[in-house]
Amino acid sequence: MKKLRENPALLSLVIAVAAIVASLWLLANPRSTIPFLLTLGSLLAALLQPIPKWLKVLIGGAILLLVIPAAGFKNSFLFELGIQTGIYAAMALGLNVVVGLAGLLDLGYAAFFAVGAYTWAIFGSPQANEFMPWKIFPLPGEYFYLFMLVAVVVAAITGVVIGSPALRLKGDYLAIVTLGLGEVVRVLANNLDQPINFTNGPQGITPIQRPPIDWFIGLLDKFGLQMSKAEAYPLYFYLLVLVIIGIVTLVNIRLDRSRFGRAWIAIREDETAARAMGIPLFPTKLIAFATGASFSGAMGALFAAKQLYVSPESFTLIQSIMILVMVILGGMGSIPGAILGAATVTILNVDLLKSASDYLNDLRNAGYTLNLGFFKYNFANLPNQLEPAKYERMVFGLIMILMMIYRPEGIIPERRHVLEMKKEES
Amino acid sequence: MKKVFLALALAFGATALAQGNVIKIATVSPLSGEQAALGEMIKLGAQLAIEEAQPYFEKLGFKLELAPQDDQANPDVGVAVARRLVTDPEIVAVVGHLNTGVAIPSSEVYKDYQLAMVSPANTGPAVTDRCYLNVNRLVGRDDVQGPAGAEFAVKELGAKRIFVVHDKTTYGQGVAEQFKKKAEELGAQVVGFVGTEEKANFQALILQMKAKKPDFVYFGGIYHQAGVLLKQMRERGIKATFMGPDGLDSSKFVEIAGEAAKGAYYTTVAGPIEKYPKAKAMAEKFEKKFGKTPESFAIYAYDSANLVIKALKDFVAYAKRAPTRAELSMLVRQTTLDGVTGYTAFDYKGDRKKADYFVVHLKEAKYPGEVVKVISFPAPATKCEAIK
Amino acid sequence: MLEILIQLLPSVLLEGLILGFVYAMIALGYTMVYGVLELINFAHSEIFMAGAVAGAEVFILLKGVIGNPFLLLALAILIGGAVAAIVAILVERLAYRPLRKRGTTNRLVPLITAIGVSFFLQDLVRLIEGLWHNAFYRRYPSFSVFEATYTLPNWIGVLTILATLWLAFWVIAYFGDWLVRLFSKKERAAGRTLSIVAAGLTLVFAFFYRHVIFADLGMTIQMKSILVIVVSLAMLYGLNWLVHKTKLGIAIRAVAQDAQTASLMGIDPDVIVSRTFLIGGFLGGVAGVLFGLLYTLVHPYVGFIPGIKAFTAAVLGGIGNITGAAVGGLVLGMLEMLGGTYLTFLTNGAMGTEYKDILAFLILIFILLFRPQGIIGQQLGEKV
Repeated sequence: MKKLRENPALLSLVIAVAAIVASLWLLANPRSTIPFLLTLGSLLAALLQPIPKWLKVLIGGAILLLVIPAAGFKNSFLFELGIQTGIYAAMALGLNVVVGLAGLLDLGYAAFFAVGAYTWAIFGSPQANEFMPWKIFPLPGEYFYLFMLVAVVVAAITGVVIGSPALRLKGDYLAIVTLGLGEVVRVLANNLDQPINFTNGPQGITPIQRPPIDWFIGLLDKFGLQMSKAEAYPLYFYLLVLVIIGIVTLVNIRLDRSRFGRAWIAIREDETAARAMGIPLFPTKLIAFATGASFSGAMGALFAAKQLYVSPESFTLIQSIMILVMVILGGMGSIPGAILGAATVTILNVDLLKSASDYLNDLRNAGYTLNLGFFKYNFANLPNQLEPAKYERMVFGLIMILMMIYRPEGIIPERRHVLEMKKEES
Repeated sequence: MKKVFLALALAFGATALAQGNVIKIATVSPLSGEQAALGEMIKLGAQLAIEEAQPYFEKLGFKLELAPQDDQANPDVGVAVARRLVTDPEIVAVVGHLNTGVAIPSSEVYKDYQLAMVSPANTGPAVTDRCYLNVNRLVGRDDVQGPAGAEFAVKELGAKRIFVVHDKTTYGQGVAEQFKKKAEELGAQVVGFVGTEEKANFQALILQMKAKKPDFVYFGGIYHQAGVLLKQMRERGIKATFMGPDGLDSSKFVEIAGEAAKGAYYTTVAGPIEKYPKAKAMAEKFEKKFGKTPESFAIYAYDSANLVIKALKDFVAYAKRAPTRAELSMLVRQTTLDGVTGYTAFDYKGDRKKADYFVVHLKEAKYPGEVVKVISFPAPATKCEAIK
Repeated sequence: MLEILIQLLPSVLLEGLILGFVYAMIALGYTMVYGVLELINFAHSEIFMAGAVAGAEVFILLKGVIGNPFLLLALAILIGGAVAAIVAILVERLAYRPLRKRGTTNRLVPLITAIGVSFFLQDLVRLIEGLWHNAFYRRYPSFSVFEATYTLPNWIGVLTILATLWLAFWVIAYFGDWLVRLFSKKERAAGRTLSIVAAGLTLVFAFFYRHVIFADLGMTIQMKSILVIVVSLAMLYGLNWLVHKTKLGIAIRAVAQDAQTASLMGIDPDVIVSRTFLIGGFLGGVAGVLFGLLYTLVHPYVGFIPGIKAFTAAVLGGIGNITGAAVGGLVLGMLEMLGGTYLTFLTNGAMGTEYKDILAFLILIFILLFRPQGIIGQQLGEKV
C-alpha cells in the first residue's frame, strides 16, 4: 500500500485497471450489487488518490457519463439511485454550509426542501387554480427551469424568515428552535388545505408537470438511441442532477474560499474571537442559513418533478436528521465528504440493506441450509419476526454508532481539520 | 451506441436476467418504523395466499415466491423500491402500498413498466383516478366509504350533532371529509371537524366535545388512535355514539378501548366471518401460521394476492409460460374474484365495480361485532380523458 | 363563545398541568445528562420507551398474581425504572464513553451517535417484543381504581378563572401603561397600581359573566392523573435533594463544572457520568410507566414525540436546571392544551387542534428571544 502511494504511475495504473474491470463487470451484470459497488469504489479511489488530474477527470467522466447510464439501460434502478444520491448530495452540500462551515446546528433543514418542492408542485399542477383567479394552471413544463430559480429564491427567503429569530440563539437552543420551525413548515403543509386550499393537505399534490424532453429524445435519436419517454426521463433527470451537483459543488468551493467561507469558519471555531476580528455575527450567520436553504429549495423543485407527487410525508424530522447524518458521516465541512456521505447513506438505505434482505429472503425461499460444522441453520425456518426487511433501520443505527466511535471525523475529513491534526501531532 | 453496450454486455456473458421459471409477487409496505404493524399485515396476508398457491404452480413447473419489501412509509424509499422491483424480471405483480402518499409516486414507476399493482390499502381517490391500466385497488374509496357511513349514521341512527375527528393522513382525512359532506347533505349538523396527529393525549379534543355537546362522533383513522380516543372519551363522560371506517375493523380496537368499545360502529367491506365461510377458514389458517389474528389490511392483501394468483393461474395453465408484465396487467384488470372480502370485479379505472359495505355494531366489547346493515355503493365515475 | 372559553378554562388548565407533569418527568432525564455532559441525549426518548414497555410487561404478567393495583403499579414503576436505567447505563458505556475517551471535541458527533442509538433501540425492542409476543403494541390493563373519576369542588374552578382573568388583565394593564408612556412622559406605573387595576377589572368582568363563572364548571380528575402529579412532584423533590444535599450530588455538580479538576479531587468522572445516566434513565423509565398508565398504548416508537416535546420543555425552562425542566414542562403542557382546545373556537375551525404545536413553538421562540437562557436558566458568561 505504502509502495503504491510512493509510485504515482503505478497507482494510476492500478486505479485505471480497477475502474475498467469493475465497469465491465457492471455492464455485464447491471443488476448485481457487488460490481456496482466496485465501480463506485474505483471512482472514489480515482477522485481521492494522488493521481494525475486528467486521469481523474477521465475515470470520473467515463464512469458517471458512460458506464452508469449504459448499465442503467438494463437496470433503471441505477438512475433512481443516482438521482436520489444527487438530490441528497446537493442538500448535504447546502447543510454543510450551515453546519459544517458556520457550525450552526440546524435540525429543520427539510423545511426548505419542502418549500422548494411545494413551489413547483403548486404551480406545476392544477392545485394553484384552487386559490388563484386565473385558471391557467398547471403551467407548462418549460416553466420548471424558471421555477427552480424561483424555488431557490423562495427557499432563501424562508431561510431568512426562519433564521432571523432562530439565529439570535446559540448551540442547542438553535437546534431546538430550528427543529420546531422545521416541524411548523410540515404542519403548515399538512393543514393549509383550509380555509383556503394551498397545499391540498395530507392528500398531497398530483400530477406535477415535468420539463418536456422531446428535444432530449431527439438528441438521443441522433446518437442512435431510440428511447421512450418512460425510459428517457430517468436518464434525463440523472444527467440534470449531475449538472446541478456540478454547479452546487463549484459554488460551494467558491464559497469555501471566499471571504464568507473564512468568516463562517471563524465563527464556527470561536465566535468571540470572530466578533473581535470585526465579523458581523448575525448577518454572516444569516447568509450561511439562506445559502444552505437555497440549495435545498432547488432540489425540492427537482424532487417534485421527479416524483410527480408531493405530500407532507416527505418532509419529516427524520428527513432533516438523515441529511444531518450525511453531512457528519461524510466529514463536516468537507465538500467531497458531504457528497460521499449522501451517497453512502442513500445507497446503504435504498440499495445495500435492501439487497441484503432480498438475499436473505432468497435464501429462505430456497430453503438454504447454513452449515458451519458446529452450527446448522435452515433459512426456511426463519420466523416471520426475524424478517430481514424489518431490521434495515436497526442495522443502519448500528452503523452510525460504530462509525462515530471509529471514525468520528467522517469518511473524508475536512482538509483544514486534517492539517490541524497533523500539526498537533508533530 | 446502445448496440455497442449490448454487445459488450453479451460478450461478458450477461446471464443475470434469469429466464428461469420463478414467478415473484412483491409486497411493498412499511415493515419498520411506526406503521410496521399495519404494513406487516399486508405482507402476511399476501404471504398466506402465495403459500397456498405454491403447490399448484409447482405442478406446472413454476416456483411462485413472495418478495417482501419495506418502503418505510417514505415516498423516496417507496420509489426506490419500485425501481428495484421493475428491474427484477421475475417480479410480475405488486401488492401494496399502505400509504397513498407512497403509492402514488411509486405507481408512476410501475405504470412505465406496466407492472400490475393491486392495492390492499390505499383509499385515496387519486390512486385510481389517474386511469392507469395497471393500477387496481381492492379496498373501497374514501368517497364511497365515507358517504356509506354517513347515510347509516344520519338515516338509521338519527345523528343530529356530529363531531368529526380525523388523523390528518390521506386515508383518515379523506374518509372524514366525505363523511362530513354526505352527512351535511342529509341534514345533520357537523358541529366540529378536527384533525390531529396526536396519539396519546386527546383531552384537547374531548374538551371541545364537552363544549359542543355532539350526539355522534365519527373518527376517520386507524384503530390504534381510535381505541385510545374512545377510551378517553368514555372516561371523561362523553356518551356520543362512536363510529369509524374500516380502520377500526380489528380485534385490537376492542382490546385497546376495552369496555369503551361497547356500542361503537364501523363500516367495512370485509364480510362477517359467520356469513363467509371462506373468511373463517382464512382466519384460522392465518392464525395457525403466524400466531395472530388477521387484522385490518391482512384480508385485503390476501384477496389482492389471490386475485393476482388467479390471473396467473389462468395464464400459466393455458400458455405454459410466465406472462409478461403487460399481459398480466391486462389480465388482472379483467379477473374477477369471489374472495374473503366479497365479490371483486374491477371497473375501467381499477376500482371495484360495486362494493358491499357492512355496518358492524359492537354490541358487546367483543370482536367481531354484529352486522346491522349492508350498504351497496358503486365507485364514483371519473372521466378518463385518455387511457394512458 | 366567550362563555365557552371561560367555562372550559379550568379544565383546560388542569389537563395542561397533568400533561405538563408528564413532560417534566421526561425532561428531567434530558436535563440531568445535559447538565453534566452538555450532550443532547436524543436516545433518552428510547430509554423512556424501554421503561414504558417494561412496565406494560410487568402489568400484563403480574396482573393475575398481585391483586392490589397500587402494589402492582409500584412494582411496575420500580422494574420499568430499573430496566430503563440499565438501558441508559449500557448506552452510555457502549456508545458515549468511547467517544469521550477519544476526546472528540465536536459536539455533533455524540448527537449522531444518539440518533443511531435511537434507531437501534427502537427496532431492538421491537425485535424482542416481536419474538416474545408476536406483536409489539402493548396495552396497559385498566383498573377501576386508577380510572375512578373525582369531581373537583367548584370553588377551585372559580378561583382558577378569577386568577387567570386577573393575570390577563394585569398583562393588559401593563401594556396599556406602556402604550400611554409611548405618547406621554408619564412615570412607569407601580406594580401595585397595576395589580389593583387588574383586580378591579376582574371583579367587573366577573360580575357581568357571573352566570358563566359560577355555573357548574365540571372539573374532573382521574386517580391516575393524581398519581402522575404526586409521583412527578416526588421525583422533582427527590432529585433536587439528591443533587444539592448528597455527596453524589456534589460530585455530579463538580464533574458538571469541570471534569478535570473534579478528577484531581478524587472523583472518577466516569463513575459519576455513569450514575447520572442511571438516575436520568430511572426517572425516564418511571415517566414511561406513568405515561403508559395514563394513555394506555405503548410500543417501540412511542418515545419519539414525547421525547421531542420534553426536550423542548427542558430548553424552555433552561436546560441543565431541574426546576427549569419542571417549569418548562408545565408551561409547554398548558400551552399545548390551551392551543389545542381554544384555537378551533377562536378561528372558527379554520385553524384546528393541529396548530397547537406551532403555537407552542412560536411561544418557545418568543420566550427564548427575550430570555435566551430559558425561563429559569442562569445566564452563563461566555468562556473566552
